[in-house]
Amino acid sequence: MTTQTDRPEATESLDTSGLLCPLPVYKAAMVLGKLREGEVLHLTCTDPGSLEDIPAMARQRGDVLLASEDRGDTQVFWIGKGAS
Amino acid sequence: MTVAAQRIEPEPEAPPRKKRLALVASKGTLDQAYPPLILATTAASLGWEVGIYFTFYGLDILHQDRFEKLKVASLANPSGPIRVPNLLGAVPGATAAATKVMKGWMEKSRMPELPEFIDMAQGLDVTFFACATTMGVMGVEESDLIEGCDIAGAAAFLDFAAEADVQLFV
Repeated sequence: MTTQTDRPEATESLDTSGLLCPLPVYKAAMVLGKLREGEVLHLTCTDPGSLEDIPAMARQRGDVLLASEDRGDTQVFWIGKGAS
Repeated sequence: MTVAAQRIEPEPEAPPRKKRLALVASKGTLDQAYPPLILATTAASLGWEVGIYFTFYGLDILHQDRFEKLKVASLANPSGPIRVPNLLGAVPGATAAATKVMKGWMEKSRMPELPEFIDMAQGLDVTFFACATTMGVMGVEESDLIEGCDIAGAAAFLDFAAEADVQLFV
């Protein structure tokens, strides 16, 4: 996974450390559902599946994965809320 | 007599259709109840429309008196939490032990218990189809089921599934 270093300014932050699928996606979707188009969720995950799951979630929901960092045990994502 | 041709107005543009997931949940053990609910809550989180058809033993997942007491089979379950020969799996208490081990795994992994998954799914508007034939065969009344189930036959579920992008039998 490529690491992008631009860190967009986040509107909301969510830490799902220690949680496994489906909870990171479920909880992220709950927060994204409350954001307005263009607002940004800063999401922290430790579920190894998140590396694939979070980009897939953004794609399926019509949100935009703005940036991500793979820090080994932890993955961090910045997700821009799309038009819904 | 002449009939005036009706002017056909163009249909207003329909919003893009949501993706749809149709699941069949046919098993009534604790371990087999999780996968359909995990898939359903995930798909609904992705913005998909989701329906689960609970049929045969799977209907226990919607049964008020049973859904909190689902068990893991210790017999004929070589991948189960307690890996013992079938002869020992039949010993009284083995099913309870296997169930306890799996519940311990789930708790340690901070996975929600089944009732919480059901709440999550219903909160995301997942449709719970309760198989009408199973209810008749197994003597289950509507009042035995948790709130918010649609009692449906196979045709009604297939009508939903026919428009689904993903259909899975669990």
